[in-house]
Amino acid sequence: MTMTYSQDFLFMENGTSVPLQNIPEMEFSLFRDKILSMMDICRTEAFFALPDGEKGRYDLFIILADAAKKGFLLAKSKVKDSFLSLTSSHASFNRFEREIMEKYPDLKAEAHPNAKPLRFPGKEQETGVMDYFTMQGDAVHEVAVGPVHAGVIEPGHFRFQCMGEKVYSLEISLGYQHRDLENMLVNGPAGAMRHLVETAAGDSSIAASINYSRIMESLCDIKADEEAEKTRQFALELERIANHIGDLGALAGDVAFLPTASFCGRIRGEYLNMTAELCGNRFGRNFVVPGGIRYGVDKEMAQKLLPKVKKVSRELWKALALMFNAPTCLDRFENTGRVSLETAKALGLTGMAARACGIKCDARKDFPVKEVVSAQCVYEEEFPFQPNGDVLSRALLRFYELKKSHEYLFRYLQELQNAPPCREESLPLKKETLALSVTESWRGELCHVAITDEAGRIQLYKIVDPSFHNWEGLAMALRDEEISHFPICNKSFNLSYCGHDL
Amino acid sequence: MWKALKARLYQGYRTGNFPVKAPPALPERFAGRAEVDQEKCAEYKEVLAEVCPVKAISFSDGKISLDMGKCIFCRKCAEKCEGIRFGKEYRLAAMKREDLIVNNSYYTPPLPQDKSLAKLCGRSLKIRQVSAGGCAACELDFNVLNTLAWDMGRFGIQVVASPRHADCILVTGPVTKNMLLALKKTYEAAPRPVWVIACGACAVSGGLYEKSSQCEEKLEDILKVDLYIPGCPPHPSTILEGIMRLMGKGAGPENK
Repeated sequence: MTMTYSQDFLFMENGTSVPLQNIPEMEFSLFRDKILSMMDICRTEAFFALPDGEKGRYDLFIILADAAKKGFLLAKSKVKDSFLSLTSSHASFNRFEREIMEKYPDLKAEAHPNAKPLRFPGKEQETGVMDYFTMQGDAVHEVAVGPVHAGVIEPGHFRFQCMGEKVYSLEISLGYQHRDLENMLVNGPAGAMRHLVETAAGDSSIAASINYSRIMESLCDIKADEEAEKTRQFALELERIANHIGDLGALAGDVAFLPTASFCGRIRGEYLNMTAELCGNRFGRNFVVPGGIRYGVDKEMAQKLLPKVKKVSRELWKALALMFNAPTCLDRFENTGRVSLETAKALGLTGMAARACGIKCDARKDFPVKEVVSAQCVYEEEFPFQPNGDVLSRALLRFYELKKSHEYLFRYLQELQNAPPCREESLPLKKETLALSVTESWRGELCHVAITDEAGRIQLYKIVDPSFHNWEGLAMALRDEEISHFPICNKSFNLSYCGHDL
Repeated sequence: MWKALKARLYQGYRTGNFPVKAPPALPERFAGRAEVDQEKCAEYKEVLAEVCPVKAISFSDGKISLDMGKCIFCRKCAEKCEGIRFGKEYRLAAMKREDLIVNNSYYTPPLPQDKSLAKLCGRSLKIRQVSAGGCAACELDFNVLNTLAWDMGRFGIQVVASPRHADCILVTGPVTKNMLLALKKTYEAAPRPVWVIACGACAVSGGLYEKSSQCEEKLEDILKVDLYIPGCPPHPSTILEGIMRLMGKGAGPENK
């Protein structure tokens, strides 16, 4: 057994906060060794720098997700001007280190094997113009796609290196959606903060507002009402359901299986409309707030929603059964866009995409927030099918997640008594404190970290969208794949551009 | 084939009655166009200016006005002051930016003065959508108009893959620096005449990202906008009704 150093890190539970001074500080080479020694049992949840005030001096923070311990391991290290990159030893640090270098040009991750721009902030470099990996040879050709794509979709640039129909490499360059979101959250709490967080990725607004609210609750020492907490989880599962249905329908559309595509397009809308019943907005904006929920949900409303969910879900199962029983669809999905278990682990993939590779991870099970009952995850013990990292696995996994989410919906709607509304108040925040919240959004673990300064203002607000980890997974899924399979590979992940670009 | 036909029968006919036969089915808690009662608002001046996260509320000549183009419909103002009410009016789109400023409670949706689009594309409008920093919510709720629940194709509205085929560019998002060039190129690639639709608070006014250092120019400073659709994100019925009004099909059915 290899030696690990988990006792040298600070252990932290989900949805809590700790004084900054409690986080153990290590000399960088020790810090680096200890992190790398943990990579067999932990996942990189977040890795970021915080300016020290003096030019070129930074505190590096690591947050490792330790599912076995049901919590997170934290440590920090002081560095000046540069530090030795961890990416060459573990690929999951790739984007984190590129982000650090881009955000703080006076801090360099030395010997980073792939130090290319991540979001192209400022105007020093034209967006999307970078040194792409290329192949040489007579039969080789390059396909460039984007930033403006053919459908109604966000912008990103894709470079395929192909020989005939076969893709040898796909490199993805993002940053077009970069709005400087994290910097806009500094010095808060200000009135627009929660709204900004909700628009980090518009299809995961509920997960984001749950994280934000938990962080604020923990920094202000307030607690959400128990029924309101269940209602938040209800909204979160509605969000998951709507997105999974949309993507399964889109997958059907991409293999020209039109019945399921059209049924799902309509059924997804029914779930968005249910979210709108809660708060008036189809994406759940302004529903979850620090302290609870902004609009109350009572027994009467639950009784109204229950038959709706029953009816629509029956239609949903029929629409999906049609696709999963059609050999033409299965043939396209099976063994397409495979990501191996080893690759998924090395890249630190998260959520649904990781589970489809056979990794047993789900923040609802791994990092429970005290006293919060959430929906069950798909593999309580075993997976209901053999996941092998292909498009079919991702599709099937979404199908089983839909089943689990519905179980929660029914339970909630039957049991709910009264979840009262709550007014948003601005309370003073704890000083020099780090707060952390991780929520299993429909794509995977969405991580928010906030650090306050000596005056109790937000000094740093870090958002790690699941897409930040998973974009690399999509690139790997395309290796040795036919280029015509790109749309279904892409849909099976359906990653966020704005959540990555922030 | 039989399975598919059986499923089709089971799922039934699902295209909604909006906008042909009825106003849209909106949720109880829907927030539409605001109504302002000046008298009731008078004593809340300071509170209202303070409470709005996007500074959509302003004062001039002792009158308060609310800019629907900036508004994200969070309703914090209505929570503080009963003089502001967000009704069920979903027909928010306007052809002129100033028509989005609300300072009373009377409203009829404005009709296009420039009839050129109605004349040329009133029965067939091809739209190229460009997301320029949008959070994907506007994109998603525009995209649902393609589903059979809304079926905008029956009115001749269609999304096209290339700007070369487009009559109209629909922009979402606050226009990030990084998308500026791609947006301009897309616009240039479309054959003339070309119309521009700003969809969502960000595209209309910058919205939440008005002050972002990475979103310097507003859409209306870059391209002439022919239709403003407010909302964060706008409800699909708001988008569809706005586009149809621009196409000269008149205002959508009133929600009573």
